[in-house]
Amino acid sequence: MKTFKIGGVHPPEYKISEKQPIEVLSLPETVSIPLAQHLGVPAVPVVKKGDKVKTGQLIAKGEAFISANIHSSATGTVSKIDDVIDDSGYRKKAVIIKVENEQWEDGIDTSDNLIKECNLTQEDIVNKVNQMGIVGMGGATFPSHVKLQVPKGKKAEYLLINGVECEPYLTSDHRLMLEKSHELMVGITIQMKALGVDKAIIGVENNKPDALEKLSKLAKEFKGITVEPLKVKYPQGAEKQLIKALVNREVPSGKLPIEVGCVVHNVGTSFAVYEAVQKNKPLIERVVTVTGSNVKKPSNFLTRIGTPVISLIEASGGLLPNTGKVISGGPMMGKALNDLNVPVTKGTSGILVISDYEAQRVSLQNCIRCAKCVTICPMALEPYLLALISDKQRYEEAEENQIMDCMECGSCHYICPSGRPLLDQIRVGKANVGKMIRERN
Amino acid sequence: MSLLTVSGSPHLHADNSVRKIMYGVLISLIPATLVSFYFFGLGAIIVTLTAVVSCVVFEFLMQKYLVKGPVTIFDGSAIITGVLLAFNVPSNLPLWIMVVGSFVAIGMGKMTFGGLGKNPFNPALVGRGFMMISFPVQMTTWPKPIPMNTQLTDVVTGPTALGVVKDGVGRGEKVSELLPQVPEYTDLFIGNMGGSIGEVSAIALILGGLYMLLRKIITWHIPVSYIATVFVFTGIMWLINPEVYIDPVFHIITGGLMLGAIYMATDMVTSPMTPAGMLIFGVGCGVLTVVIRLFGAYPEGVSFAILIMNAFVPLIDRGFKPKRFGEEVKNG
Ligand code: SF4
Ligand code: SF4
Repeated sequence: MKTFKIGGVHPPEYKISEKQPIEVLSLPETVSIPLAQHLGVPAVPVVKKGDKVKTGQLIAKGEAFISANIHSSATGTVSKIDDVIDDSGYRKKAVIIKVENEQWEDGIDTSDNLIKECNLTQEDIVNKVNQMGIVGMGGATFPSHVKLQVPKGKKAEYLLINGVECEPYLTSDHRLMLEKSHELMVGITIQMKALGVDKAIIGVENNKPDALEKLSKLAKEFKGITVEPLKVKYPQGAEKQLIKALVNREVPSGKLPIEVGCVVHNVGTSFAVYEAVQKNKPLIERVVTVTGSNVKKPSNFLTRIGTPVISLIEASGGLLPNTGKVISGGPMMGKALNDLNVPVTKGTSGILVISDYEAQRVSLQNCIRCAKCVTICPMALEPYLLALISDKQRYEEAEENQIMDCMECGSCHYICPSGRPLLDQIRVGKANVGKMIRERN
Repeated sequence: MSLLTVSGSPHLHADNSVRKIMYGVLISLIPATLVSFYFFGLGAIIVTLTAVVSCVVFEFLMQKYLVKGPVTIFDGSAIITGVLLAFNVPSNLPLWIMVVGSFVAIGMGKMTFGGLGKNPFNPALVGRGFMMISFPVQMTTWPKPIPMNTQLTDVVTGPTALGVVKDGVGRGEKVSELLPQVPEYTDLFIGNMGGSIGEVSAIALILGGLYMLLRKIITWHIPVSYIATVFVFTGIMWLINPEVYIDPVFHIITGGLMLGAIYMATDMVTSPMTPAGMLIFGVGCGVLTVVIRLFGAYPEGVSFAILIMNAFVPLIDRGFKPKRFGEEVKNG
């Protein structure tokens, strides 16, 4: 079975919510929709306090090339445009809407009917994806329309679809693949058309046999789409590792996947593309897994963007008393929250709630040079060294040792028997090296 | 609501720790320990216990009263140093020398650099090197093995198999004349020969090594490259002149090679970090061992070979980086 070659770890999978069908979460009283839910320049609001908005109405425009439109996820009145704390822990501008009776924007098809045919041109598809504010839903939140335009001089050969979901606990993509398989396939076909490629491969780790079976069967009806089972290994969902696993190509350091003829999209994104192009529906909701040892009922919710995290936790039975940490995302790359009013955004794949005990870090000792971190680093870096020289502020040396190639997957930190906070130190190093490089240019 | 912990990702930690690794090493040492107790009897038991207790006590005292930092004697590393140190001495070593050796191993070998992880040299080998130089007579008086001996009588002593050959060749005797004076190869393999407590049984040491491989405590690179280098190098010399240079099989199953290659050279703290670096390290240890054995003053060269290579580790780590992802693009 295929997988990537260098490094990788296999944390316990804990997919405790994998059997829970997607449930629609009811709307909260207010939604806070941040203007920066994507990589790049924040969107610019086109509504103001007191405006009435409908569900799916454009409320902020992505004006820069790398930016994305934002739509209202509810019907109601804009109560203010103000700073809210998002999952990064920083204050970010958001449109706050007081929710009233739902009324959809005209032209949006909210039915469940599957629409297979798509007669739009390449350009029309890209425009539609752009208009509907689609971004990468695996966590990186890169605006999708940018990825669907192949830069001049480059050629796309493969569209790779990320159905790996290699983070422990998370099951939102798994459920989506099972419950929206047809829509997903149509979405992939549309993306293939936009890119002008005739081959698409869906990579799914073999801990999801039901999804693999269902998609493989269905793929026969769609030209050019194949499904590839992958050996379970973290971080297989990282772009470069997925490309290596599926087509055995290595993206050079500092380059994008298109360099090796590949474009990677997440299954969630592909579904959103389907809805955008075929149903005229902007990205205003997504599947969010609520899971962990400290929620009563692990679930998968179809959640409107802007819903506070606390609403999801309450819908899963509320916080248990000895809760130690609430994480937006998975346990390996997710962000710990200190405020549960943080809104769900386009990139929120899960909410993980763990106990005090699980939140404790292992006791810290000297690095015993066991070389485990070196062996498992999927980018073949030397985490122990990067951490050490970052700590000593030897940033030139850190750059020479390719600290910027670190994708912050956390594998080194996870494996270290001495409990070294490797990634904490490397992050500081990366930030400083990044600054150094920017100043130089 | 109680306060939530906020810290950087990852929020999950593998089920491993320094202690787990160290106790894994100790478990792997069980076969070799049992064999040595079998052949060298009570003497071996007492010397080993003395070394272990001394190492742990010295580590405790230094951490508590000199470093004034956390006491980590239960992480198992001091116990390992004790066992390995005892493995490297004869079973009739006066106990006070063992205590002094343990003091040097822990003090000079480990604590003075900042404790486990910071020491450039293998602590047990530092201790042994010190004892070899300071007490050469006591350190090279090897009791002959007596299976299941429970008496602490004065046992018959004699040189090691390597020593017999080295001295004989030095006097101008032929290897074929010397061979009858050393034990059968099967005995050498099992450990039925004179030598340091833990080095004699190749089979028990290999067993322990396999266990560590399985538990992923060590990788194959250092032991295999080390032993293979000794085999090839002594093999070439043997082909050139079998009457002066004894055969390579003899070289790999006698002396401290197995103990050195499997346990001393693989010490994670004092060996390189990348597979390529480990291979170079193993080859270097092998070459130095043979050079000392064949051309040096001592019949055995494992300890000094490894200590010398320990000193090169920072250089090797600099020179042998992992091949980065995406460095050499091979597409197709
Ligand atoms: S976090 Fe960075 S250094 Fe650590 S394993 Fe992942 S890529 Fe390597
Ligand atoms: S995993 Fe931890 S102890 Fe091992 S070499 Fe890396 S930093 Fe050091």
